[in-house]
Amino acid sequence: MSRRNFCATLALCALAPRAIAAAMSTGRPVLRIGLTPVFLDDEAIFLESWRAYLAKKLRRPVIFVQRGSYREIVELLGKNQLDAAWLCGFPFVRHEQYLRLLAVPLFQGKPLYRSYLIVPADDTRTTSLLDLRGKSFAYSDPDSNSGFLYTQFSLAQIGERSDAFFSRTFYTWAHRKVVDAVAVKMAQGGAVDGYVWETLRHSHPELTARTRVVERSPEFGFPPFVARKSLPETDFAALRQVLIAMRDDAEGHEFLLQLNLDGFVPGDRKLFDGIARMAEKVENQP
Amino acid sequence: MKHFMRDLSLRYKIPLRVLMLASITAILVTASILFRVYDETRNDLLHHAESLGRVLANTLVGPIAHDDVWRAYEIINSPFQSGGQDQTQIAETILVLDTKGQVYASTRPAQYPMLADPGRIDPEYAAISEMATDRNDAKPAVIDRPDSGRLFVAIPIVSGGARLGTLVMGYSKSLFLPRFVGIAQRAALMTLLALAVLLPIAWYWGNRMAGPLVRLAACMDQIGPNVPEHLHCDLFESHDEIGRAGASFRRMLKELKDKERLEQEMMVSERLAAVGRLSAGIAHEINNPLGGMLNTISTYKKHGPGDPRTLKTLALLERGLTQIKDTVAALLVEAKVESHPLSRRDIEDMRTLVAAEAAGKGVELAWENDITTDLSLPSTLVRQILINLLLNAIRAADKRVECLIYRDSRSLTLAVKNDGAHIEDDDMPYLFEPFSRLSRNGHGLGLWVTYQIARQLNGGIVVESDPGETRFAVTLPLQEES
Repeated sequence: MSRRNFCATLALCALAPRAIAAAMSTGRPVLRIGLTPVFLDDEAIFLESWRAYLAKKLRRPVIFVQRGSYREIVELLGKNQLDAAWLCGFPFVRHEQYLRLLAVPLFQGKPLYRSYLIVPADDTRTTSLLDLRGKSFAYSDPDSNSGFLYTQFSLAQIGERSDAFFSRTFYTWAHRKVVDAVAVKMAQGGAVDGYVWETLRHSHPELTARTRVVERSPEFGFPPFVARKSLPETDFAALRQVLIAMRDDAEGHEFLLQLNLDGFVPGDRKLFDGIARMAEKVENQP
Repeated sequence: MKHFMRDLSLRYKIPLRVLMLASITAILVTASILFRVYDETRNDLLHHAESLGRVLANTLVGPIAHDDVWRAYEIINSPFQSGGQDQTQIAETILVLDTKGQVYASTRPAQYPMLADPGRIDPEYAAISEMATDRNDAKPAVIDRPDSGRLFVAIPIVSGGARLGTLVMGYSKSLFLPRFVGIAQRAALMTLLALAVLLPIAWYWGNRMAGPLVRLAACMDQIGPNVPEHLHCDLFESHDEIGRAGASFRRMLKELKDKERLEQEMMVSERLAAVGRLSAGIAHEINNPLGGMLNTISTYKKHGPGDPRTLKTLALLERGLTQIKDTVAALLVEAKVESHPLSRRDIEDMRTLVAAEAAGKGVELAWENDITTDLSLPSTLVRQILINLLLNAIRAADKRVECLIYRDSRSLTLAVKNDGAHIEDDDMPYLFEPFSRLSRNGHGLGLWVTYQIARQLNGGIVVESDPGETRFAVTLPLQEES
């Protein structure tokens, strides 16, 4: 078991007793929601109060499930072991056959975000991805759009492949850790979720100050909440309603502030067309 | 400085040496403790490093097998994140080297980036790099070069017998320093405290040990060419070396005094002997013509014309010559006078003889005569001594004269005491000279004759004179009574 899994399990254990107690009191089945590091998913206190909020609003027990990679969450969704998940747009479009778009967060008023290319702050010479040839590079997750796919796409545009272009690449399995890796100069460049970087700039300015944003990608559909297709319609509608209504009550608004989001909207599948096109292009690269 | 230390009194030297000894002991003990602490700290560090290294190496197997560099970094970085730990136990740098000896991950990615050859960045890593590529060596190794400021612990990362890489933990030796300084400071403080306690004790000891020596030295310093009359030495009584030295010194002092007294007596007796020889010579020279002159006068008186005027002149002349003869005879003490052995009667006669004189002067005469048998001493001479002493005593006495005559198996002692004016110490050496200026009455030959007789009889005279009592004692050896 890797440390990440271990941490996730620990968090689960910490949250489980109350969830089970809640389930016992209401007699309704537990709603399992998978979380991925598309947002700052390492704030245990925040997660617990948000989970309690959702359970209260849904009037049924809620469990948050965290795993070491996007892939594991997607697999759990596929096996119906999760009811919903906050995923990246890239795995959503790849596994659309058993997933259903639940809600899309609003970031800076739009359901959109960008991928950032960052380098250590004292690297003042790098102006584009091309300057990072032969250097080490940090990705977030192989199933991440902003932390992997967009960089692959950019390289494919100029006829390059990641493993040949960079001397060394590695995954940190979280956007936040891409920022860490670049800040300590473990990697000379990194691809990170723009929303995560901007949020970190508020909560941990000393960390983002050690990195410098070199390039910002075009806008893509924000990592959405998705549900397994087999989730009953009532459950689906209830969860979507609760998420969208968060911006309307004070408590939910407080959570959104902490998430650095403006709210949730039902969202349109078209938001993720850009990601789907990029994925196709990268997968079909000779 | 050397002279100063050498000449310093033992009073200060002993405490100073005690303090020095204590300081040296403290320094040696501290040094050995420091040495031990260094050893223990090093062993602690190595032990800690090895156990931490094993845990890290085991944990690193998965990430390295899956080529998860970031996980590897997080693992080796974790010891640095548990703040509040003893800083001396935290490595300066932790590196993970791959099988080619290149950096796989490091806790200082800026300094040791991935894929770099650590030996090129820091030559000290070159040897470790070589070790990392040696697949056969699967044991933890400690690299501690004396010329290096760092200590390295290399732990192989092994999975299923295959070597995946090497974990290298570098520790700075300067981490030991604060611990040493702390211990040394505490030791210095304790030493000062101990010295503060020891100082009065050492001072007391020093005085106790040096005191008798100092007193002995002060006493010895008083001895010049002569032994001072009233030398007062308060010496330490004991059986240790100092006590023995003191006792020896006192014995030596006594012998010195005896010798000095003996020398003085010798001088006196030699002078008296010289005077005796001179006077005897003169007496002999005078006696011969004197005898002739007296003979001539005698012959003339018998056979001369009998002129009354001449006879009257001759008689005058004869009286004068006879007086000279008497004086000369007195100077010429003749010991070989035939006389009977000394008896109690002889001594009692003397009492009778002087009783009148004593009574005339109103002096009480106390008498004790222990002699019961005849003694082999010439009675005439002994009588002469005794009468001289008695007459002198009566003349000098205020109220009382005491005469003691006693004997032991070897000698006879005639002791005469009086309570008159005492004899000054300065006059003592001239007491027995003929015509002594001390003789206020008489012809001044009494003690001279006494002395000569005593000498001729192989005896001795002791005079002790203190205010209120003057004592003359003549001791005469008795011939062996076979």
